[in-house]
Amino acid sequence: MTRNYLSTPISEKDILNLKVGDIVFISGLLITSRDQAHLRALEYARQKKEVPIDYGNSVLFHCGPVVKKTDNDWIVIAAGPTTSDRMEEIEHEFIRRFNIRMIIGKGGMGEKTTKSLEKNKAIYCSYTGGAGALAAKAIERVVKVEWLDLGIPEAVWTFEVKNFGPCIVSIDSNGNNLYSEVSAKVKENYERIIKSNVG
Amino acid sequence: MKNEQILENKLIELIRLAETDLPKDVEASLRNALQREKSELGKMNLEIILENVRIAREHKIPMCQDTGILNFFIKYGHCEINYDKINKIIIESVRKATKEIPLRPCVVNPFSRLNTNNNTGVGVPNCDVEITAENYVEITVFPKGAGSENMNNLCMLKPANGIAGVKKFVLNTVINSGGYPCPPIKIGIGIGGTSDIAMKLSKKALLRQCEKKHKDEKIASLEKELQEMMDSTGIGSMGLGGTVTTLGVNVEYADCHTASLPVGISIQCWADRRAAMRLYDDGDIEYLSHRGFSHD
Repeated sequence: MTRNYLSTPISEKDILNLKVGDIVFISGLLITSRDQAHLRALEYARQKKEVPIDYGNSVLFHCGPVVKKTDNDWIVIAAGPTTSDRMEEIEHEFIRRFNIRMIIGKGGMGEKTTKSLEKNKAIYCSYTGGAGALAAKAIERVVKVEWLDLGIPEAVWTFEVKNFGPCIVSIDSNGNNLYSEVSAKVKENYERIIKSNVG
Repeated sequence: MKNEQILENKLIELIRLAETDLPKDVEASLRNALQREKSELGKMNLEIILENVRIAREHKIPMCQDTGILNFFIKYGHCEINYDKINKIIIESVRKATKEIPLRPCVVNPFSRLNTNNNTGVGVPNCDVEITAENYVEITVFPKGAGSENMNNLCMLKPANGIAGVKKFVLNTVINSGGYPCPPIKIGIGIGGTSDIAMKLSKKALLRQCEKKHKDEKIASLEKELQEMMDSTGIGSMGLGGTVTTLGVNVEYADCHTASLPVGISIQCWADRRAAMRLYDDGDIEYLSHRGFSHD
């Protein structure tokens, strides 16, 4: 497993040679967005209304953190990835409209996203699901939060991170999807299991 | 101190314990999973999980950002506190815990999607109450994240489908869930009853420790077979492939209508968080899920 250290803004060149199974550590800016923020950002973009978030120069992070408010700042307590598949139906448009170069999430994404990543020269990486306490250790500060009216988990948080990882490249910019590879093997195993255990 | 005050003081600590420290049996299953796993990515994920568990325990912070919906399972024995008072203490403790630990406010109105900001709301937290003749009140806090909860399933099988049908339904459900519920997963299965009872039993099955098999040998062997079946799918940790997909499979059952075979499945992520305590009528506290744990 090759370890790669990338900093934002991430260029096309940075990710072109990354293959599924490679390990990446990110420094720079992560921007969280999940269901509600995706819907709002896309609605604004379609209406040509300004979206106050610089997705293009950051990494899109499927995450809704545990945070604590102090007098002047927000402190991140836990911030692992959320299930990316919930965004599958709209992610392809999101990637195109906001020039996404890298997504971090968990559980993988489907064919529409895989195609869009290939077309837009971008990648999807998996961070270990549930490892929220560890993930928060790599977050140095909250740069800003937008759309807090959506609630803490659904708001858009910009984090400054240092060596955030390990993130596993699970969909690369050539259309390879590690989850589809596993899924094909699982299908083969299914037939065998049904034969021997169910009959 | 009155038992009411003792409960007020201890319940928020029980929630903190559930959110920040895994029960010993779950951590042991994760270590066991790491030994069984053959894939490199699987091993890496399991090592990260164990490191994350250590950090959360050491710093007393939630191990996962999805601090979940808080479910309470209560065995209500002889007690000087009225149940309506216990219910009020639970709601108050959840609100306090959300601020103090802190937890992520996860509860929203299903229509407006507006967050209540305190993890309580209409029907939340949900309390399951069993009346007993014991000299204690037992409370289990069971936080459940949406990643795993969204993968739950119910099927009203035909009696002719039999146990083979049950196995197939569990296999299909686990395969369709893939990496979404953060495997290695624990699987709770409720067989029989009615639709609601099958689901309730499946959730209660998750409260049983991973290594503790059903006392009925036939059911225990079904649990073992189902676990082997699920592991041989090759889904692996986080759905990235591997030899370990489950931490355990627990089955509970109820008798059912002659024309029915309900099967409920509750899936739990690797962060199988729960904490249980007993408050005896003399004011003594006993912790059940975290042996040797004491706040005193």
